[in-house]
Amino acid sequence: MNVEGCFQLMGGDFTNAGAASSELKSTLSKLGVSQDIIRRASIAAFEAEMNIIIHAVAGTMHYVVNNGEIRIILTDMGPGIEDIELAMQEGYSTAPDWVREMGWGAGMGLPNIKKNADRFKIDSVVGEGTTLEIVIYMRKD
Amino acid sequence: MKLKDIAGLIDGEIIVKGKADSIDIVSVCSSDLMSDVLRFAAKGALLVTALNQTQVIRTAEIADIAAVLMVLGKKMEKDMIELAKEKNIALMVTHLPAFTVCGMLYVGGLRSCLEE
Repeated sequence: MNVEGCFQLMGGDFTNAGAASSELKSTLSKLGVSQDIIRRASIAAFEAEMNIIIHAVAGTMHYVVNNGEIRIILTDMGPGIEDIELAMQEGYSTAPDWVREMGWGAGMGLPNIKKNADRFKIDSVVGEGTTLEIVIYMRKD
Repeated sequence: MKLKDIAGLIDGEIIVKGKADSIDIVSVCSSDLMSDVLRFAAKGALLVTALNQTQVIRTAEIADIAAVLMVLGKKMEKDMIELAKEKNIALMVTHLPAFTVCGMLYVGGLRSCLEE
């Protein structure tokens, strides 16, 4: 099995926020991936997608399903994360109030991604952007 | 608990039926923070919320939430209702506040996603 896809994400586009993750979820469903794995991958992708919509100017979500794993890579042209360790803490958020009014910005995004991923890598350069790599194994071994 | 029984219990109106007839709710998540829903909600749960944004439906879809209950009689934008229809997620509204609704559902035998 080798399936891949890519979505363009626009910062501030709350109308379509979540559409990429929704499509990824439906693709994984069609591939016959188990429900539990689909749920973990979708939640991690959705949180990462929302981070780009909330914080960045634009970005991409690229996914690859092969070799028994789902790899989701999100790259953005955003402000970058100054202190990754701080950003990984539950409850820490730099989201503005209007984002909180939409139900986001609780500071649970990155912790939620980490919780659902088998492997998770984050690289960020302030003023350039952030890259997240989320890997979820489809096998238990 | 069947959705129509929940609607009866909390004086709710079903706006979008979704798969209502086949839904049997056993657990409930009450939150206006979508990351908390993604973190704690169980598959097939009922989400009780006062957040009337399309984000709620997106979150429900991703987290495999069976039905959404809007409290305080909040008015929902057409986009939110349309998305619920498209994603086949049941949508209810009640004039009651979340605290009262959750109390009634608890007494009715439903439990939190974390207790279930």
